[in-house]
Amino acid sequence: MITVDIQQKLGAFQLKARFEAPSGVTAIFGPSGSGKTSIVNAVAGLRRPDNGRIAVGGDVLFDSADRVNLPPHKRRIGYVFQDARLFPHMTVLRNLRYGGQHDEAQVIAVLGLGDLLQRMPAGLSGGERQRVALGRALMCNPRLLLMDEPLAALDAARKAEILPYIERLRDSVEIPILYVSHDMSEVARLATTLVVLNSGQVAVSGPIGQVLSHPDAVPLVGVRAAGAVITTRVSGRLLDDGLTELTFSGGRLVLPGILGVIGQTVRVRIPAQDVILAKTTPVGISALNVLPVEITQINEGRGPGVAVGLKAGEAHLLARVTRRSAQRMQLAAGQKIFAIIKATAVGPEDIGS
Amino acid sequence: MMDSLGPQEWTAIMLSLRVALVATLAALPVAIWIAYILARKSFPGRQVLNGIVHLPLVLPPVVTGYLLLVLFGQQGPIGAPLYNLFGVSFSFRWTGAALAAAIMAFPLMVRAIRLGFEAVDAGLEDAAATLGASRWRVMGTVTLPLVLPGILAGAILGFAKALGEFGATITFVAAIPGQTQTIPTAIYGLLQVPGEEPAVLGLVIVSVVLAMGALLVSEWLARRMARKVGR
Repeated sequence: MITVDIQQKLGAFQLKARFEAPSGVTAIFGPSGSGKTSIVNAVAGLRRPDNGRIAVGGDVLFDSADRVNLPPHKRRIGYVFQDARLFPHMTVLRNLRYGGQHDEAQVIAVLGLGDLLQRMPAGLSGGERQRVALGRALMCNPRLLLMDEPLAALDAARKAEILPYIERLRDSVEIPILYVSHDMSEVARLATTLVVLNSGQVAVSGPIGQVLSHPDAVPLVGVRAAGAVITTRVSGRLLDDGLTELTFSGGRLVLPGILGVIGQTVRVRIPAQDVILAKTTPVGISALNVLPVEITQINEGRGPGVAVGLKAGEAHLLARVTRRSAQRMQLAAGQKIFAIIKATAVGPEDIGS
Repeated sequence: MMDSLGPQEWTAIMLSLRVALVATLAALPVAIWIAYILARKSFPGRQVLNGIVHLPLVLPPVVTGYLLLVLFGQQGPIGAPLYNLFGVSFSFRWTGAALAAAIMAFPLMVRAIRLGFEAVDAGLEDAAATLGASRWRVMGTVTLPLVLPGILAGAILGFAKALGEFGATITFVAAIPGQTQTIPTAIYGLLQVPGEEPAVLGLVIVSVVLAMGALLVSEWLARRMARKVGR
């Protein structure tokens, strides 16, 4: 458990961040300049907050009241920077070993670094650099891993190359991760907990499924980013059609692509703007996924859109429809209706393991 | 050509090399420290320190030599205690020539090394700290190796400047053959005597060769280091 409660003056605005991060991946999400990097720098000990307290597990790293401020090299916190920051005068192997040799063989194998060990950082691609930086942070046996937009400088192909490594890390290593990002599909794929920042303040935080599927979150995370993240299990593979059948408490989804073996857990993000609502069971439509749902909440924003919170089994979904449709359909909380999800709306970047 | 160089000229050449080498090696650690402070720290009086460091560059060398004479002479406020406590004397000795050369070379060394420090991404030092390295380890394993080309450039520049120092040296310690007469002061002395042109020419050629040699060595080392860093 990581506890962060800090205040810091940052140029024109005041950073006031207070949140708790359980184990797993906690994503800090927000637009540029909202103070994301300042928070991780404070946790790492690179910048001193004006006031507050930072603790990891039972250890206090910073407490302005008790005058505790551990220097960065005594915090045992791994940090993967956006620009990798490999030491240019050392080989990959010397970079990796700089902070220690914890689990060396395993880290090198898992991150696929075996062929790079004798290379110099200048000769590596962006994706390779980020993998080395990640390995270097892991080999100093950190109690917490900070990742500040580690994929932001990479193109889509390189991102797709690294994301599975981070997923594997999340699922195999006990280390909690604080993951800074402004890319919601990345966040939805990796995070278990979400902290949304808005001009220096925590706007909302909690388990990612809850936060993202809550209608209140739409204006905070943006219309495009809003949408539910549900955990499903592979229950069937329609190999001929290239589709995968997924089950969760709210029913059954059929999505394009072979997403895993039977029984495997798959996380799916369903963008709010790709959910269509119907009052009766629709017939004669092309969409494969029709789920019976119950309306939990309707939020009218300032724009022409309305965010509709839905419950499908135990899972929460979110739909965004126009105000005009909501009025015409006379939608209201408590109603039982149908949510239609077009299978191709869920892109490969929205599906994680 | 080398026949034109008599024993007195050879003494001057060897003395010049010794003075320049000692001046460079003695000034280098201080120059690195001052350059680091100027590049990385902000504190009240930073501009004053910067001004003092650069003073020998802008003052007439004769003035610097005179100030050294006043401060480091055997009766001077710094020279007297140094002589009484440690038996170190500067006036009219080769150590004085080295001191004058070091002071004159110092600003050039600081400038070059400071550029080196400013070229090192402070983010790399942060990264090293998060990997558990103490400040000294960061300095020794990340900062200094990356500043090395700058330190080298500063040292070569300082060595060349020390080799050619004239004004402050002749004012502070005069030009006593075998004691304080370096190549430049020897050339100047020879020019005062008719018929010594061959000796002057010999010393001039030696000067050019030494300066070129220093430049080539620094270029070679810089390129070797750049390859090592992989740029």
